[in-house]
Formats: sequence, C-alpha cells, structure tokens
Amino acid sequence: MTSSTPPFRPAFRNVQRPPAPSALSNALVFGWRAVLKFRHVPEQLFDLVMTPIMFTLLFTFVFGGALAGSPADYLQFFLPGILVQTVCFNAVYSGMGLCTDLGQGLFDRFRSLPIWSLAPFAGLMVGDVLRHVIAGGIILAVGLILGYRPEAGIPGVVGAFLMLIAIGFGMGWIFIVLGLIIRTPTTVMTAGFTVLFPLVFASNIMVEPATMPDWLRSIVAVNPVSLITTAVRGLMSGQAAAGDVALALVAPLALTLALAPVTLWLYRRR
Amino acid sequence: MMVDQQSSHAVVARGLVKRFGGVAAVDGIDLDVPSGMIFAILGPNGAGKTTLMRMLATLTAPDGGTATVMGHDLVAAPRDVRGAISMTGQFASLDEDLTGRENLILLARLWGFRGRAAKARADELLADFDLADAATRQVKSYSGGMRRRLDIAASLVVTPGLLFLDEPTTGLDPKARQGVWRMIRDLAGSGVTVLLTTQYLEEADQLADRIAVIDHGRKIAEGTSRELKAATGSGYLHVTPADPSRLDEAARILEVLLGHPCQRSPEGATLSVVAGDAAQANGAVAALIAAGIEPADFSMGSPSLDEVFFALTGGTGTDTP
Repeated sequence: MTSSTPPFRPAFRNVQRPPAPSALSNALVFGWRAVLKFRHVPEQLFDLVMTPIMFTLLFTFVFGGALAGSPADYLQFFLPGILVQTVCFNAVYSGMGLCTDLGQGLFDRFRSLPIWSLAPFAGLMVGDVLRHVIAGGIILAVGLILGYRPEAGIPGVVGAFLMLIAIGFGMGWIFIVLGLIIRTPTTVMTAGFTVLFPLVFASNIMVEPATMPDWLRSIVAVNPVSLITTAVRGLMSGQAAAGDVALALVAPLALTLALAPVTLWLYRRR
Repeated sequence: MMVDQQSSHAVVARGLVKRFGGVAAVDGIDLDVPSGMIFAILGPNGAGKTTLMRMLATLTAPDGGTATVMGHDLVAAPRDVRGAISMTGQFASLDEDLTGRENLILLARLWGFRGRAAKARADELLADFDLADAATRQVKSYSGGMRRRLDIAASLVVTPGLLFLDEPTTGLDPKARQGVWRMIRDLAGSGVTVLLTTQYLEEADQLADRIAVIDHGRKIAEGTSRELKAATGSGYLHVTPADPSRLDEAARILEVLLGHPCQRSPEGATLSVVAGDAAQANGAVAALIAAGIEPADFSMGSPSLDEVFFALTGGTGTDTP
C-alpha cells in the first residue's frame, strides 16, 4: 500500500524551537506516555493482579484457618501485606520496560533531546504509581468482597496507598538500575525476583514471625519489607504509630538518595 | 582562523577517540563539516561510523580529542549541542506501543510545543511524510519504510541546524530509498546541514557534497566524489568478456600486460584494471581478442567510487602510485 506511492513530499517549513519547557513539563510528558501505554496495552494489568489475587485466595482459604484460626481472621491480617507484595513485584515490570526501551534505541532519541536527563525516569515512576494504584485498588476490591474491612476507613486506606506509592517509588530505583545494567528484559525479571523473594517471604507479610527461629526473627525484624508492612497494616487498622511510618519510609528514602545519582551516571555513561 | 572555521562549520572535530574495552572504535579522527552541505561518512561495517556519529550527537562521551558542534563544545555544553541537532539512529527509535501520531506529539511536547500546537505539528509532519492514513495505528503494525519515515519525521519536529542520519536507507527497497534521498536533498536545500553515514558508495556518490572515508576507526581519505576518484590516479579499463567462464583467463592476460591487479565487479562479470593510457588499453583489448576472448563490452573511464574505496581500504591489495 505504501510502497506504491513515493514517500516524502515534505514542504519544509523552517520550524523554530519554542521556548524550552521546564523539567517538570518534560517529566509530565513522559508520564503521559506511561498513561498511553496503559491504554494501548491493557493486558499488562492482567500480569500485575493475577498473581496477588491467587495468593490472596490460596492463603486465605487454604492456610488461613491453620495460620490464624479462621480464613476471615487471616484475611484481615494478610490483605495489607499482599498489597505491599504486589507493589514490590510490580516494580520489576518497570525495570523490564526500561530494558526493552533501551534495547530499541528509543532512549537514544530521548538522550539526544535538550531535556532534563532524569525526565524519562520520572515518567517511568509516574507509570509505576499508576500501576500500583490500579493493581492495589483491584486487590483491595477483591479483599472487600471476601470480607476484609479496614478499621480506619477511607482515611486509613488513602494513607496506606500513599505509603505504598512511596515504597513503589523507592523500590523502582532498584529495578531501573537493573534495567540499565542488564541487557535482556527476562534477565531483569529473574534478577528482580531473586532479590525480591527472600525479602518478601522472610518478612511479616504471610505470618507473624513469633514461631520463627531466633536468627530468622532478628532478620525479619529489620527487613525493610516488614517495617513497611507493619506501617501499612497500622494505617489500614488505624493503629499506626508515627514511628512505624517514619521507619517504613527510611528504606524508600535511602534507595532514592543512593540510586538516583547511580541511575543518572549509568544513563549518561551508556 | 579557528573562530572563522567554527562559524562556517557545523562540525569541527580534532583527534576524536573512543575505545571499547581497550579497542579503539574511533582512533583519532579529524572532521570538518562545512555548514549547509550533505556530508557522508563512508565505510564498511565496523569501521567506526556509528560510534563517531554517536559521539558528535552527545550520546557517547569521547575518550579523547575535542569537537565543536554547531558552535558548542561537545563536552562542556552538551545540552546546547542537543538543542541544535537532531538524530535518526540506525534502528527506529520509536515507541512501538504508541501510534505514529502519539509518538510525534510526545516529541513535540518534549521540544516545548504545548497542547494544540503539539498536535498540529504532529499532523503536519504526518501529512508531509505520507503517514496521515496510518496516524492512529500502533507503530508495531508499520512496515519498514513507514517506520523509517516516521523516524525521520520525528527528527524534524523542530528544524535542526544539523541532522545526523545513521545509515538512513539500510533495509529500504529502491523506491523508498529514492524517496529518502529526495527528502535529504530537499532538507539540505532548505539550509539544514546533513551528516550521514553509509556503507553504500552509490549513496555517498549520489547525495554527498563531500565524503570522508573511514576504515578501522581512522579517516583514510576525504574530498568530493570527483576528488576521491581523481586521487586513485590513472584511468581504468573496464572489460566484460562475452563468455563469463573465461573471466580468470582474461584477468591473467590483463594483469600481465598492464602490470596492475584486476578487480572484479560485485556481480563478477566485469574486470577493471588500471591502464596507463589509451594505447596500453587498446593493446590489452587486442591481446584478449587475439586469445579468442571476445569482449561483450569494454570501456575506458575514471574509477567508480567502488574502485576508489577498494583501493583506499586495500580491499584487493591495489597500490596506488
């Protein structure tokens, strides 16, 4: 169809550059790209929520009674944790997406533009936030249907989701760095899950650490995922201490401070 | 002198070096690209063309040397360089999941067009590049030629002072290639300096006002197509034997008589050899006929760019006096 007509009849207008946009405007454009991608590839939602839904159903009905006396009691304990797990696992996908983009040469174009260097990553983060909120919302809805009730009501849920976004933002840097270092998206995923599985399972997401051996319990106690889960649980039930929340925010803050410069360095060095 | 050169040149590079793991992909290249012309960097695969271009487009930091691009220092003011250039890489740098229109709007917004202006600019480009019908389709459904067009359109959201095109017609069919050539000429006609890489001699011959030949990370020759051909020296005798099976025999006779190695055309049917003058060439053709090898075609002419290239890169071991 297209090869039959000779292409290119550009009427060359000399188009001048408009005033340079702000860094924030650059970042928002990349955020818009993330939204568009969501619209064009809605299937990615399926990848994001199926595993946590299965986890919720299996743990609640298979192990719930044994772990907490009844499935209903267990769900009340487990749901905030599965939200944390979902956000952690979702962060892997942004690393994979970045790796794919880099492989296609798309970032070469972005890098040859006179824009804020970190803007493409800020855009990835916007996409992440969107993914976290949508996936978290679906999991919460499933939980509500199964009988989960957040004692702190809507303010608690909003607080918990803000916490989840902060965590996703922090975790995101790990996978952006992996995406910049590793060449193939599937390797990014494997490397990501290798880091995540011990962090997520050796935490207080699934069970109270009371029955664990001492050495493991001391690890679980300082595992950032545990601290985060405690804070999210506290926010949803209305029993969060300010200290819990502050402690939970240490990891994402530290990750951002440590890895944002690394990201920029890796990106410019490529 | 230097100041003067910088104002009239889009690129002034001195001793650029880029190493990858100890191997110099670009090994000390000087380059002066005068403003407003089409400048071709010609070389085989792996010669360092892409690396050189990526350095000049601020995508890879040089390990040595200096360069001024559009009057801005490459290392000290990369952002000013980026504001004056545009680059179309070897591989389509487009978001496959987005539509063609969305890709262009995205870039227009990054350049600073707002809301409606960004959409209008995208639609203009889509119309110019014959992509209006495919505007709302995802790029992953585009053909190779359409991708290439969108990719080049994406480099022209704002008219650049200097446009880098890395192998702009690789993988395109002849018709699409003609289209890209026409577009490049139009662009140059409107005052844009075009720096392109190519491994096609014909492309450099057809398009470029000036050609730099690069091999193994070094510049081995530079000049206009005419100058490069003249530099190879004497005239060439081109002979196509009627019976292709006697090509080797014919080559031996020509080499003995004229004292220069024969080169075969890429299709293998034509022999080219340096002939000092018409009398020598005449004698050589006569000797072929005497040996019973009837030439289907023979001519005396200046070397083709192919021959120049092989002579320069030592592809067939030709020594030029």
